[in-house]
Amino acid sequence: MEAIFAFCVGLMTACGLFLTLRGRTFPVVVGITLLSYAVNLFLFSSGRLLINGATILGQSDQYADPLPQALVLTAIVIGFAMTAFVVILAIRARSDLGNDHVDGRNPPGAGLPSDRLKEKN
Amino acid sequence: MQHWAVLPILIPLLAGTLMLLPPLAGTIRRQRIASLVSLTLMLVGALVLFRLSTQATQLYVLGDWQPPFGILLVADRLSSLLVLLTTVLAIGAVLYSLAGDDNRGKYFHSLMMYQLMGVNGAFLTGDIFNLFVFFEVLLIASYALLIHGGGKQKTQANVHYIVLNLIGSAFFLFALGMLYGTLGTLNMAQMSTRIAGLTPGASILAEAGALLLLVVFGLKAAMMPLHFWLPKAYASASAPVAAMFAIMTKVGIYSIFRVHTVVFGEQAGDLAYIAIPWIWPMALLTLVIGAVGVLAAPTLRTLVANLILISAGTLLVAVVLLNTQAVIGGLYYLVHTTLVTGALFLLADVIAQQRGQASDRFVVSRPMKQAPLLGLLFFIGAVTVAGLPPLSGFVGKALLLQAAQTATEMGWVWSTILLSSLAVIIGLSRAGTNLFWHVSGNKTGTDNARPIQLIAIAFLLLASPALVIFGGPATEFAEAAALQMQQMYPEVQTLIAEGQP
Repeated sequence: MEAIFAFCVGLMTACGLFLTLRGRTFPVVVGITLLSYAVNLFLFSSGRLLINGATILGQSDQYADPLPQALVLTAIVIGFAMTAFVVILAIRARSDLGNDHVDGRNPPGAGLPSDRLKEKN
Repeated sequence: MQHWAVLPILIPLLAGTLMLLPPLAGTIRRQRIASLVSLTLMLVGALVLFRLSTQATQLYVLGDWQPPFGILLVADRLSSLLVLLTTVLAIGAVLYSLAGDDNRGKYFHSLMMYQLMGVNGAFLTGDIFNLFVFFEVLLIASYALLIHGGGKQKTQANVHYIVLNLIGSAFFLFALGMLYGTLGTLNMAQMSTRIAGLTPGASILAEAGALLLLVVFGLKAAMMPLHFWLPKAYASASAPVAAMFAIMTKVGIYSIFRVHTVVFGEQAGDLAYIAIPWIWPMALLTLVIGAVGVLAAPTLRTLVANLILISAGTLLVAVVLLNTQAVIGGLYYLVHTTLVTGALFLLADVIAQQRGQASDRFVVSRPMKQAPLLGLLFFIGAVTVAGLPPLSGFVGKALLLQAAQTATEMGWVWSTILLSSLAVIIGLSRAGTNLFWHVSGNKTGTDNARPIQLIAIAFLLLASPALVIFGGPATEFAEAAALQMQQMYPEVQTLIAEGQP
């Protein structure tokens, strides 16, 4: 279980980091979302992975650590608000700046295929 | 229990929320009044807290949920000093905005209050997870404040700023997960006692967590390889927002102070001062990059933004020197630099308005209407920030230079700080010459600066002579704060020990 869990978190983090390094705002936003999923899973594991751990006192001998769950809940709420904000900002930047590159201008020679087609005609 | 410690967080929260509701929401006048009232209340609260903290550290346990699990606020000397500093800076910024900057977009005063809540909370919290929460509060307010007024430049700078900080927040949570997984607590006082007892396996994880935290705080503090967002963001923000942001890099530096020199301090066994060797070169390089930026800046705002980098570098040097003298110098310098760079951002805006088309670019332009007055203010600000006697920049830097003790430290610290100061003097002289003397024609613009703008600038600049006149009490206070900070909240530790069954 630990190995699969660690692999999943690692893979998601790697994908998230890769996407945040891309040049357009859409993949960057998706990357940030993936990173926050990875973080939330990772925080869960900080209370150690446990099967059949009870959450309510007096129900079992084994208890799940409640603190990471509280932390994850906070992190999810904050991450959700932040993602909403960055999506709105990305849309605003697209309309203000006329393109969706994170630098606000298309690098020369790296336009979309459709742009290149337009230039040709 | 006394409630003073929670007021710097509660007042702006309530004021900010009230400003979104009907009686205040529609009219800018009512919002301005509400904003001034709540700032006055906060100033009173911060002053009382400041006085109380000199007698004893103020602990505040929210909802009586005892630490290490509840939300704990700790107002020791350092925290209450920084809360007071934030409030004073905010008064300057808000006074300036009353001239019309607050009406360029919606919700300025409300966002400013949330920003204050976040900054004050980050300074007061005694728990590293709440540090994360307050970081997010101050960040989300700052995202919205940065695009206050709108425009292409602001949107562009804001995209970088937000993306970087969101990745930073993800790293912060990774670090917290590692530290909680190994130490089993997120209360800073309790963490500091548990680090030395870690098994070798757990110790490596805690080390990774601590260094990840350095990346996050370094991003906030604009430490060298993580500083690229700063000049553009600060230079494009509207003036009162940029002035308020002068405190934001200090939040990062404060966190490095607390976490990397105290929590991971002497008592941490193998992990003692784990991040210091990393911060050393970064601090010096931040100074160098800031100095180059000051020399290369094409506009006054960019120049002041680079001065923020220099102050971040200087403060990081104060962190890594690891002695009480350095912390005293650092605290003195922190108060001075925050207020003066804030004032310079405001001044740059007034100058830009009076130069018309040329704005604050270093090109020939029409003369300014109030050139003598603005020139005088600029001169005072420049002398202070460059560290020339007799104003506070000189005292701060002198205290810091004295703190370097071994020959190697002296070599590195003295040469970089003094050379960066030289670069600042050259950069500011060039700026002053270009702005005030390279003029064409005699025709000035028609608008005078609003009195409230000049009052705000003078209010912030006054801090500098005040810091010199009250230099004795200020350094004594800084010394007491430094000594107290190095003992990682003994009051909290007794509180936790009493709570254990």
